[in-house]
Amino acid sequence: MSPPQDQPQTSPHASPRRAALPQRATIAATHDADHFHQGPVEDYKSGFQALKAIDLEIDKGEIFALLGPNGAGKTTLISIICGIVTPSAGTVTVDGHDIIDDYRATRAMIGLVPQELTADMFESVWATVSHSRGLFGKWPDPARIEKVLKDLALWDKKDSKLITLSGGMKRRVLIAKALSHEPQILFLDEPTAGVDVELRNEMWGLVKHLRDSGVTIILTTHYIQEAEDMADRIGVINNGELILVEDKRALMHKLGKKQLTLELHEAIETIPSSLEQHQLVLAKDGSELVYTYDSQGQRTGITHLLTDLADAGIRFRDINTSQSSLEEIFVDLVRRDQ
Amino acid sequence: MNLPAILAIYKFEMARWGRTLLQSLVSPVIATSLYFVVFGAAIGSRINEIDGVPYGAFIVPGLIMLNLLTQSVANASFGIYFPRFTGTIYEQLSAPLSPFEIVAGYVGAAATKSIILGALILATATLFVELRIDHPVWMVFFLVLTAITFSLLGFVIGLWAEGFEQLQLVPLLIITPLTFLGGTFYSLSVLPPVWQTISLLNPVVYLVSAFRWSFFSTADVSVEISLAMIALFLVLCLGAVWWVFKTGYRLKS
Repeated sequence: MSPPQDQPQTSPHASPRRAALPQRATIAATHDADHFHQGPVEDYKSGFQALKAIDLEIDKGEIFALLGPNGAGKTTLISIICGIVTPSAGTVTVDGHDIIDDYRATRAMIGLVPQELTADMFESVWATVSHSRGLFGKWPDPARIEKVLKDLALWDKKDSKLITLSGGMKRRVLIAKALSHEPQILFLDEPTAGVDVELRNEMWGLVKHLRDSGVTIILTTHYIQEAEDMADRIGVINNGELILVEDKRALMHKLGKKQLTLELHEAIETIPSSLEQHQLVLAKDGSELVYTYDSQGQRTGITHLLTDLADAGIRFRDINTSQSSLEEIFVDLVRRDQ
Repeated sequence: MNLPAILAIYKFEMARWGRTLLQSLVSPVIATSLYFVVFGAAIGSRINEIDGVPYGAFIVPGLIMLNLLTQSVANASFGIYFPRFTGTIYEQLSAPLSPFEIVAGYVGAAATKSIILGALILATATLFVELRIDHPVWMVFFLVLTAITFSLLGFVIGLWAEGFEQLQLVPLLIITPLTFLGGTFYSLSVLPPVWQTISLLNPVVYLVSAFRWSFFSTADVSVEISLAMIALFLVLCLGAVWWVFKTGYRLKS
């Protein structure tokens, strides 16, 4: 486990997104589920270590995407921070408050949208969202609940029982519940699972709006494209271990490969030996040559390649470049880790 | 103290009760009325007075206690089991709530429901039999204390149960038999000596005895001993709840 660390305070003159601390979630936790438990919360076999050493720092007002394959430990990590799972070792601090010693302060700051569509099926939307606000220590505020429901396009369903709502609507209700007490940190555990495209776009619009208002967002998603579109920073978790935390742009820049594809006039069977140094790959039955290069490098080698191609008498009719997506980077990272 | 949360849980539970009044209020009142008709009017008229109290009136405290115990356990156990079953318990666990606040909300609501039911059965009883309450303050005290104690027991059962069958197990197989054998319909003095001694192992005997004393000033067991036993049971239930939250048993992994 990583020892608890005193996190440096960011200067208020730093970039706006990382500034205005002290609201800063510092996470350094391990969870060793050493007993069998069968229930609605967790279900781990004896001795199974759900999370290994995790040392992570989340800044105020950022969107942090936690990526990882199924069973990697994403939900366990979130559950520890929110108080649903007790860590066997380690410390988690939220805005400088320990999540166990000062749980009231940390939990009051956090809103959680769980992965499962768990809801009080026989309650009305209004009642269940108002109930959540009360649980988090806030007195009733009908105006606030009305705003949340309107923001999530739930206002006309406020008297409907949850059992009558579609899956997407229930997902919105879970978000409304999490926002009912005006949290400063919002955990979204697979928020767009089973949600249609329109609602997904609306949801991300809301998330961006929340981020702009200073709310810190920590999300897990299987739609890596979403993380690519939304997140400021990416964390990759695999087998209970945080294998990478990086600024999204820096990550894509650093680990992203760029490829140049040359569509040939005439297909070739083998790559001439004079082109060996470029490590080209033949594709599409010899009608394409693919050149992979480091876009960060001082020299990409493209000019050299084109010259060598001309010398070898290989002509091409089209050319295009592509950059690897976050998804490819993620798959590559996880594969390497295994 | 997170007062808004206690009130939120309390109101939420009371609202749930409000939606099922037929099952949770009307049904036990009708069932108890049938007891009054059968044991009070029909059979009771052929049974001699017990300790100077007509039989119809004699069974009133026991019947109230029977409902109080079963409904307290049922209300509190279902109240906490249901969010565990549906998974919505995540919200209580992630909220800035102390164990005391969670218990106060759930147990407070369950006890309130039972007390209202007990008062309603008492009012219904006056329609069938002539009643007197010698110690009204003590009567209310025992009513409230028993409702809280058994709601705590129900809360523990709701945390322990892993299915609806287990949820019903304790009320059906333990609480109801103990109540029927705890002097609800008879005085312990009518039993052979050996059974009188065995009956003293039944905690419900003390509850019924003390409660009946508050009505008619007659008791199978001295009121002081009953009071001590109820207090002991309360402490045991509180201890069980404390242990559950300390260890996270069936709540957290």
